[in-house]
Amino acid sequence: MNRHAPPAGSPAPRLKPPEGDTADRHESAWLHVSGRAEYIDDLPEPEGCLHACLGLSERAHARIAALDLAAVLAAPGVAGVLTARDVPCVNDISPTHRHDEPVFAEDRVLFHGQPIFAVVAATRAQARAAARLARADYEALPHAVDIEAAEAMGLPLVTPPLTLSQGDAAAGLAAAPRRLSGEMRIGGQDHFYLEGHIALAIPQDDGIVIHSSTQHPSEVQHMVAAALGLPANAVTVLVRRMGGAFGGKETQSNLFAVVAALAALRWGRAVKLRPDRDDDMISTGKRHDFRVRYEVGFDDDGRILAVDAGFAARCGFSSDLSGPVTDRALFHADNAYFYPAARLVSQPQMTHTVSNTAFRGFGGPQGVVGAERIIEEIAYATGRDPLEVRKLNFYGEGRDVTPYHQRVEDNILPRLVAELEASSDYGARRAAVLAFNRDSRIVRRGIALTPVKFGISFTATWYNQAGALVHVYQDGSVQANHGGTEMGQGLHTKVRGVVAEVFGLSPERVRVTATATDKVPNTSATAASSGADLNGMAALAAATTIRDRLRAFLAESRGVGAESVRFEGGMVLAGDVAEPFAQVVKAAYMARVQLSASGYYRTPKVHWDREKGRGRPFYYYAYGAAASEVSVDTLTGEHVVDRVDILHDAGKSLNPEIDLGQVEGGFVQGMGWLTSEELWWDEAGRLRTHAPSTYKIPLASDRPRVFNVALADWSECREMTIKRSKAVGEPPLMLAASVLEALSMAVASLADYRECPRLDAPATPERLLMAAERLRGR
Amino acid sequence: MTPRLTMTVNGKAREIALDDPRVTLLDLLRDRLGLTGAKKGCDRGQCGACTVLVDGRRVNACLTLAVGLDGADVLTVEGLAQGGALHPVQEAFIAHDGFQCGFCTPGQIMSAVALIAEGEAGDDPERIREGMSGNLCRCGAHRGIVDAVLDAQRRMAGDAQGRMGKDGERAA
Ligand code: FES
Ligand code: FES
Repeated sequence: MNRHAPPAGSPAPRLKPPEGDTADRHESAWLHVSGRAEYIDDLPEPEGCLHACLGLSERAHARIAALDLAAVLAAPGVAGVLTARDVPCVNDISPTHRHDEPVFAEDRVLFHGQPIFAVVAATRAQARAAARLARADYEALPHAVDIEAAEAMGLPLVTPPLTLSQGDAAAGLAAAPRRLSGEMRIGGQDHFYLEGHIALAIPQDDGIVIHSSTQHPSEVQHMVAAALGLPANAVTVLVRRMGGAFGGKETQSNLFAVVAALAALRWGRAVKLRPDRDDDMISTGKRHDFRVRYEVGFDDDGRILAVDAGFAARCGFSSDLSGPVTDRALFHADNAYFYPAARLVSQPQMTHTVSNTAFRGFGGPQGVVGAERIIEEIAYATGRDPLEVRKLNFYGEGRDVTPYHQRVEDNILPRLVAELEASSDYGARRAAVLAFNRDSRIVRRGIALTPVKFGISFTATWYNQAGALVHVYQDGSVQANHGGTEMGQGLHTKVRGVVAEVFGLSPERVRVTATATDKVPNTSATAASSGADLNGMAALAAATTIRDRLRAFLAESRGVGAESVRFEGGMVLAGDVAEPFAQVVKAAYMARVQLSASGYYRTPKVHWDREKGRGRPFYYYAYGAAASEVSVDTLTGEHVVDRVDILHDAGKSLNPEIDLGQVEGGFVQGMGWLTSEELWWDEAGRLRTHAPSTYKIPLASDRPRVFNVALADWSECREMTIKRSKAVGEPPLMLAASVLEALSMAVASLADYRECPRLDAPATPERLLMAAERLRGR
Repeated sequence: MTPRLTMTVNGKAREIALDDPRVTLLDLLRDRLGLTGAKKGCDRGQCGACTVLVDGRRVNACLTLAVGLDGADVLTVEGLAQGGALHPVQEAFIAHDGFQCGFCTPGQIMSAVALIAEGEAGDDPERIREGMSGNLCRCGAHRGIVDAVLDAQRRMAGDAQGRMGKDGERAA
C-alpha cells in the first residue's frame, strides 16, 4: 500500500528555545516532540514496494528433511519466496568471518527461530499470513539450551577462548591465609529497542540503496555486497536515526538488510522487511547470560591475593561477537580491583539458542558483576562493610597492573568514591539500615556502594578509527556527516556542538545528516561507547581544516596574522574588522577557497596481543560509583529501590545534559537487567518471554524514589580525547550492581549477615524468596 | 462492501473508505493518512508508542479498529501544535530532555496530554509515574518525562510557580 503525502498546508513552526535556556538541546528535539522525526518505517514507501516476512525454524536442532512452500507461493499477493538456494553469492553473515551464520538455514536448523526462508508479497499482512503456510518436516536432533546441557553434550566453543594471567594464581591461592570459592549466575537481556529491526531496500540502476536500522552501516554494506555478489561500491547504506539499539543493532541488522536487498534485486522493486516484535525477539541475539565460577585467596583484612575464575557464556548457535564479548568480560573481571595474581578464562559456549550478541557493556557488565560478587563474599567472610573491602582493593601506587598487563594510570576512584560516600551519607544510612533490620520482621533493607571502572576503546584495535565530512555552504550554513549512528545517545548533538564551536557558530547553524556509506566510508560500528570520542575527533579535524583555510584566506586578503583570526558568536574577527561568518564564507567562495573537507582520526597508544594476553587495549578508563538503598518484602520477594545516588565520570563533559541522561538511562537499564528482566527458554528451546507482556523492562514507576545523579565535574580525561571528555554510553549500566548488592544485603540480614546470600541475577521476587528461604534455614 | 466512515483527524473532517474492516487506527493513520507520528512499537497494546487521543481519551491505536470510529474525534501528535506554537507539553518535553532516541516520545506526549486533562494525577510525581507507566521508554528517559509532565501540568494549571527550564532540584 502506498502512503499519501503528509497533509500540506501545515508549515513547520519554528521553535525558539525557552528564554534563559542556554543548554545545547538535542539536535532533533523539535522534530521528536512534533512527531516529525523520521524513522525508517515512517519514510514514504516507493511505488510498488513489496514486503518480506521471515519463516522461522520451529525446532531447536533438527535436520530439515523437506520444506514445502507450495501453499506459501499460492497465497494471495505473494511475489515469491527466498531460501538458501536463492542467495546468489555467500550465504553467510558472520561478522567475525567464521562462516557459521547463514542468512537462511540450509539443511539443518540450530535454534528455534532460525530463519529458513522469506516470503515476499504485496502487503505486509499478506507476507505474514503466507509465511505461516509453510510446511517443514524436521528430523529432530538432540539439543542443548543452556551451558550445562551443552557441556554434557560436548558441544564446541563457538570461538577460541581467552586466558588472562598475571603472576601465579595457583601459588597465590595456595599461600593465601583464607580462600573461598563459589558460583554465580548472571542472566541475559533483550535489547527491547522500542523501534524494532527494519530494512528498506531500493534498487537503483544496477546497485542498491538500503535504509537499515543499524549501528554499523559499513558492515551492512559489506554483508549485502558479499551475499549478492556485488562490489561494495554498488551498495549504499543509510541511517538517519534509530529508535534505540543498545548493541542489538550492531550485527543483528545484517540479516534483515540482506534479505530485503536480496528480494529487491530479485524482483526489481523496493522491499521492506520489518519483523513483528515477537519475531524480532525470537530471531535476534541478546546479552549473554553467564556462569561465573570463582576462587579467591585473601588475607584477614579482606585484601585480595589471588583470583582464579572461569566465565562461561551461553553464546548460541554461532560466534557472532561472542569472542570479543567474552574477552571483554575478562577485561572487566577485575572491575576496579588489583589482583596480585590472577588466572581468568573464558568459555564461549555453543548452545542451540539464538546467537547472543553485543549489548551495552559488551560482556563488561558480567565481568564487573562477577568481581563485585567476589568482594561481597570477602566482606561476609571477614564481617566487614563491603565498601571497606572495596577501598582496600582499589588500584593504587605499586598496585596498578591489570590482568591484561595494562597499567591503570588514571584512577580517580578514591576521590570519586569518597565524594559519593559523603554526599550520599552512606555511613549513617548504612547504620540506619542495620538498625532498621534489627527491629523489622518482614521488610528488610539493604544499601550498597559499588564502583565501576570501564575500559574505553574497541579491543579490535583497527576499529578505533573514524572519518567525517564537513561542508560549509555559501550562506554560512554548515553540514556535518560522520561515521557514527544516532540511536538516542546524543551523538549527533555532540558532534554538532564540536563543529559549531570550531566556526564560532550557534549549534542550530550546523546540521548533521544521515549516516551514509557513500559519504564516509569504511566506518566502525557505533559501539564500545566510542561514538563521540572517534567521530567527534574526525569532525573536529574536518572542520578545523576548513577553518584554517578561511584563516589563511583572511590573513592574505586582509594582511593580518592567520593566528589572530578568531571565530566567535557567529562573527569572524580579523584585525580590527568583525564580519558575519556568512559574509566571510561568501568572500572565500568567490576567491575559490575550498569549503568542504574530510577529517580522519585514529586512537593513539592502543594495541593488544590476544595470543599473549598482553597490551594496552584501552586508551583510558571511565569511572563512576553508585549508592543504592532498597527495601525487600521477605514474604513476597517484592522490592522497592528507595534511593540511588550516582557520581559519574564523563571527563570534561561535551554536553552535561546528554551525559546525565545517559547515566540515568544506563543505570535504569542495568537495574532492569539485574532485577526484573528475565529471559526464559522452555525445554524444547523456545523463547517464552518474547513480548512486553512477559518480558518486564523498567517502567516510569520503577524509577528509584530518590535519584540523585551528578557528574564528577572536576574530572578531565588524561588523554587527548575530544575536549578532554570521556565516553559515557556503557559505563553507567554497571552502576546498577549496587542495587543487586543492596538486595543481597537485605536478604543477608535474615541470617545476621554471617553468610553471603549468593543472590543470582536477575533478582526476581522468586530468586529473592529462594535466597531468603535458604538463609532462614541457617 | 467497503465501510465508509467520517472522522475528525487533528481538527479536519475526513471521509475514509476502508477497504478492509480489520484495519487498525494505527495503520489507518500511518499508512493511509500519512500521519507517522504515532509509532508501532509492539503492535499488541503493550508499549504505548502508538498512543493517540480518541474523543479526548488516550487509546493504543494499534488495538483500536478504525471501523468502530465513525464520528470520532482523533488527535495525534501532529495535531498538537497550534498556529506555529508548540503545545505546553511539547515545550516541556524539550525543556526537560524528555527523550533520548525519541521513538516513544509521540506516545508519551499524547499520554501526558490526556493524563493532565484527566486531572487525576495533579502534581504528585508518584501518580504521574503511575499514570505514565503504560508508555514504555527503553532509553530510560523517565526523569525527563515525569519532570516534563509535572512542569506542563503546572503551567497549564496557571500555577505562578510553574516555569519552564530545568527545576533546580531534580524532584521527580
Ligand atoms: S504499538 Fe500500540 S501499544 Fe505498542
Ligand atoms: S526515548 Fe527511546 S524509548 Fe523513550
